[in-house]
Amino acid sequence: MRRGMSWKPIVVSLLVLFLIWAVAALVVNLPILPTPWVVVSTFVLDLPHGLGWHILMSGWRIVVSLLIATAVGLPLGLVLGQSKRLSRLFRPFIYTTYPIPKITLLPIIILFLGIGEVGKIFLLSLILFYQVLIIVRDASAGVQPELIHSVRSLGANRMQLLRYVYFPACLPAILTSLRISTGIVIAVLYVAESFATKSGLGYLIMDAWQALAYPQMYSAILALCLLGLVLYFSFDLIEKRFCRWVAIGEHYKEAGYV
Amino acid sequence: MVKVDRLCFSYQRESPTFLNFSWSIAQGERWSVIGPSGCGKTTLLYLLAGLYLPASGEINIDGRPLPGPRMSTGLILQDYGLLPWTTAFDNISLGLKIRRLDSRKVAQVTREWLSRLNIDAVSDHYPAELSGGQRQRVAIARTLALEPDLLLMDEPFASLDALTREDLQILTIRLWQDVPSTIILVTHNIEEAVFLGKRIMVLKHPPNTEPVIIENPSSGYPEYRDTPHFTEKCKEVRRLVECNARSQGRGKAELS
Repeated sequence: MRRGMSWKPIVVSLLVLFLIWAVAALVVNLPILPTPWVVVSTFVLDLPHGLGWHILMSGWRIVVSLLIATAVGLPLGLVLGQSKRLSRLFRPFIYTTYPIPKITLLPIIILFLGIGEVGKIFLLSLILFYQVLIIVRDASAGVQPELIHSVRSLGANRMQLLRYVYFPACLPAILTSLRISTGIVIAVLYVAESFATKSGLGYLIMDAWQALAYPQMYSAILALCLLGLVLYFSFDLIEKRFCRWVAIGEHYKEAGYV
Repeated sequence: MVKVDRLCFSYQRESPTFLNFSWSIAQGERWSVIGPSGCGKTTLLYLLAGLYLPASGEINIDGRPLPGPRMSTGLILQDYGLLPWTTAFDNISLGLKIRRLDSRKVAQVTREWLSRLNIDAVSDHYPAELSGGQRQRVAIARTLALEPDLLLMDEPFASLDALTREDLQILTIRLWQDVPSTIILVTHNIEEAVFLGKRIMVLKHPPNTEPVIIENPSSGYPEYRDTPHFTEKCKEVRRLVECNARSQGRGKAELS
């Protein structure tokens, strides 16, 4: 996905999607496909009555998982990226466990950690942890040795090397990988919240579905989509704000200066 | 200032680059080190910078052995030395920040060097936005801002076009005239070695056992390039380098 989409085409694409939906709803004319205005008005009306709280619950789970995954994955990735020996030691473990679809561990996680917050956050953190770990390991191993030599020659100690070289070198890769994981995270959150719980958008969708409350179901799905969108754009904005150099470098590479 | 005593160094499983190699450099001298690629000139510079450690033998700088990078040694590399994620200004202030100077002093010194090297106008540009010459000016400013007493340069102007290269060579001479610190410059370019080095060491294909030194006392001012002395000295260095290369049967073509 290219960095730096502007707002206008995004708004246009959303309007087109809503238009297709509206036409389909009017043509089908069944309760299982309410029109966008019914869903949006349900969304707005329900927001102060429960929907808002469910959105906050889902958002909170994602944010906490993001923080945990980064707090654990970043330092481990930096260590693996800088030590060839440790990297070789752990590579087979990462290699064999990475493709395991972590969502299938949900029943086991619930057995061990219960149906509360801990299990859901553990599952989400586990998935995000792999993304962060692998990307940080590869990005920090790929830092130009000349850069490390020259900063060391300025007198930098290990901590200063991390702060001035390794961390900024990894930041764009971390943000990109988190941005790309947004889809998986939302999907896993939905599954994790869809059973044995009473909070979150996943619960709300399943609850409305069983109650045949279709406008409510659609408005909860809409909320989950918006949550993913907000998350995606947040990573994009953070990247634009803190990694200006990446866009500049790309611009110059495209123009043939570098 | 620098004393290399019976230095031995080799890369893993390779024949030694340096074998009982001794060399000494006095305070304030300007040295060029020249030789074909693979002769160990960059290795020697990294050893002097404390980034590599000798297998045996000793490197003494200012009378003390060298256990690792030394605070008052400056190192300028050909490329990739600047942090791509910060501006020219922040790159120059990096070393000062690492030394934990207070932020007002850091900004003041950085501004001084920006104007001294004539790069004020690009102070908030990222390295990708700078020309090769401007980038090396930033690298020089960053290093000199720390007032090193020993300056190590590894092919600092090799990736620049001819005019910019001459421009920066003259700048180097001028800066040295202002503050005559000890300079060791590694290059594969004969004219550069002769223009900048008051003493020139020629390395050959490894193992290097003893330094071959050419004296070049009349260098050290910007107009030197246009004198017959300069042309003569270039010929002399070229003969020696080629003779070394021929005796090894390779490497000649790599010199310019």
